[in-house]
Amino acid sequence: MTEPLLSIRGVKTYYGKIIALKGVDLDVNEGEIVTLIGANGAGKSTLMMTIFGSPRAREGKIVYQGSDISRMPTHEIARMRIAQSPEGRRIFPRMSVMENLQMGAAINDFAHMDEDLKRVFDLFPRLKERINQRGGTLSGGEQQMLAIARALMSRPKLLLLDEPSLGLAPLVVKLIFDAIRDLNRTEGLSVFLVEQNAFHALKLAHRGYVMVNGVITMSGSGKELLERPEVRAAYLEGGRH
Amino acid sequence: MANETQTGGRSVDIGHAAKDALLAGLIALGLFGVFIGLQTVQDISNRLVLKVRPEALAVIVGIIVVGRFLLNVFVWGREPSHKAAVASPSGGLLGMFKRLCFLVGVVVTLVAVVDIGFRLAGGALPNMPISPPGTMGLGSIILIEAVAALFGVVLIAFGQNMTERAAALLGPAGIGFLAAFPIIAILGAGWGGSLKWIDNFGIQILIYVMLGWGLNIVVGLAGLLDLGYVAFYAVGAYSYALLAKEFGLSFWILLPLAGILSAFWGIILGFPVLRLRGDYLAIVTLAFGEIIRMVLVNWVDFSGGYAGISGIPRPTLFGIPFNATDEGFAARFGLEFSPIYRTIFLYYLILCLALLTAFVTVRMRRMPVGRAWEALREDEIACRSLGINTTNTKLTAFALGAMFGGFAGSFFSARQGFISPESFTFIESAQILAIVVLGGMGSLYGVVIAAVVLVGGFEIMRELDFLKQIFGNDFDPALYRGLIFGASMVVIMLWKPRGLISTRTPTAFLKERKTVSGDLVKEGHG
Repeated sequence: MTEPLLSIRGVKTYYGKIIALKGVDLDVNEGEIVTLIGANGAGKSTLMMTIFGSPRAREGKIVYQGSDISRMPTHEIARMRIAQSPEGRRIFPRMSVMENLQMGAAINDFAHMDEDLKRVFDLFPRLKERINQRGGTLSGGEQQMLAIARALMSRPKLLLLDEPSLGLAPLVVKLIFDAIRDLNRTEGLSVFLVEQNAFHALKLAHRGYVMVNGVITMSGSGKELLERPEVRAAYLEGGRH
Repeated sequence: MANETQTGGRSVDIGHAAKDALLAGLIALGLFGVFIGLQTVQDISNRLVLKVRPEALAVIVGIIVVGRFLLNVFVWGREPSHKAAVASPSGGLLGMFKRLCFLVGVVVTLVAVVDIGFRLAGGALPNMPISPPGTMGLGSIILIEAVAALFGVVLIAFGQNMTERAAALLGPAGIGFLAAFPIIAILGAGWGGSLKWIDNFGIQILIYVMLGWGLNIVVGLAGLLDLGYVAFYAVGAYSYALLAKEFGLSFWILLPLAGILSAFWGIILGFPVLRLRGDYLAIVTLAFGEIIRMVLVNWVDFSGGYAGISGIPRPTLFGIPFNATDEGFAARFGLEFSPIYRTIFLYYLILCLALLTAFVTVRMRRMPVGRAWEALREDEIACRSLGINTTNTKLTAFALGAMFGGFAGSFFSARQGFISPESFTFIESAQILAIVVLGGMGSLYGVVIAAVVLVGGFEIMRELDFLKQIFGNDFDPALYRGLIFGASMVVIMLWKPRGLISTRTPTAFLKERKTVSGDLVKEGHG
């Protein structure tokens, strides 16, 4: 078996004295969509931010493409072709859509700007219509598209998505999840998806992990997890759309 | 179109406006008839007698009639079309300019009309001192003011009919005006009188415009609240003063050197505050400003302490000094010696320095580092996760902002010939910051307008002699500067909470330049 693209081993993260991640093991293989589901406060977003080095893992190893990135500064991790669409989208509200996308391409020194713009506009045609509009005036769904498009502008090998369905209408969620599936199929992009919307996320993902209170309690293929009664009881029943 | 005029696609009923104005005049006559039309004065035997002042009354009523008429025609009558203009895609600068034209037009017109009125009325009233202080006669003063009033009205009309294309010419037109300003001042006020205008208004305002533009890089673009900007101004000023006096180096060598030294101090300040934002950053930068000042006060051997440094060499025109000697500028060019040559030279010098600041800012905004500054202002975490080195980004902003502060500082000490720590107190930092914030963070035009209003407003207070005729001879407008400064800040913040020009122009466009003004598009619409 080949080495995974991203491998997280025994990672512990603290906020001051409070422990948020109590030793997490997780792998993302090349060309895979992996999802992490869990309740609010389980530590999902903390894990995602820990991969990016803020906050830093106090113990454990995060190995990406064979090199340990757990001690690297955030901006250098981004330069290793890991891109992130963070929780709450965090687009630049007063800058135009175009400028937001340019910021995404900054680490490539704008080398393939036109090509990459075409690629994200094919994926999200709505963004092209909004190109000169300020980011803050976009709708929630458009902002999410922009956050993903901005991340894609850096030509990542691994895309980290933190709750892309947060606060969006079901149709928009479907559009965004379809786009993620497309990217994975056509370009072989590896995706690590943190989600509350367990049903959609597990259906989309090849493999999934369940996190409870900073510990991974279950893992398996997306289909397996969907059928597990504990998962159904905790995350799906009553929550399905 | 006998009775109607077409303004901006909607007709205005002139007849109605005239009727309304006359009615307002009648009410004003009733209200002011007693208060202004009659005056009690003491005669020789100390008895109070009533004096009738028909001229003063006529002036006040006239202002109200004219003002009401203008408001009817240009503002209220246009209400629907005015709304239409707002709804059409117009840049923030254009909207701002329209409002500014209106405001300035109204103020200029009213001030001119009031002054004419009081001068005319004053001529008939012995106890009302009319004082054309100079040699100008009453007639020519009134003529100038009538022209000013007319200019005000034209400005109002012009502002209302401003188009997007004309707004694009504002920058070049503004630079043209600044370049011609000394000539206008000389033509307008003569050799002697123009000195005050070029020095107190031109140079003084331009120094603050330059400082505002420099601080704008740090506060407006990078979003780092800096309350100690005056420290870099001081570093520049003392660098020039000390190096010029000790080593006799010329202004042209020391100007870049002062800039580099200031940039160096900018980086020194930058390092400890890299992790700070908002309030905490503000406090540390405030402390930094005070540290620099306290060092200048207490290290007497180095800086002369409170006594400051005097006899700082003046800048030369490529080696030609501006003095009365045979080697001086005037003698070399066969002119009669006058201090005004140096003032004009200094004016163009600070104009060039300020324009350099603006040019660099505009270019930087289009470059990756400038875009990173703005992204940093918006969201630091997002910036870092996009691979931006926030440390370097912040340090370049601090260094560049400080460098322009240093340029301005060395210009300041060369212009004054004397500097002391008194010139670099916290209130200076506050004023520069006020210019940036009131102008609208990140907006170059906004800084200019705010600097003209705040600094120019300070200076103009000295000139408003006619106010004495309203409030009495003991009234000194200059004493109310602080009050008016504060009040105008409050008014601007209520009127435009994000500064005078709050709309940001994007720096990147896809193919053609087609902006859809963001604040007019409904969220999730279309």
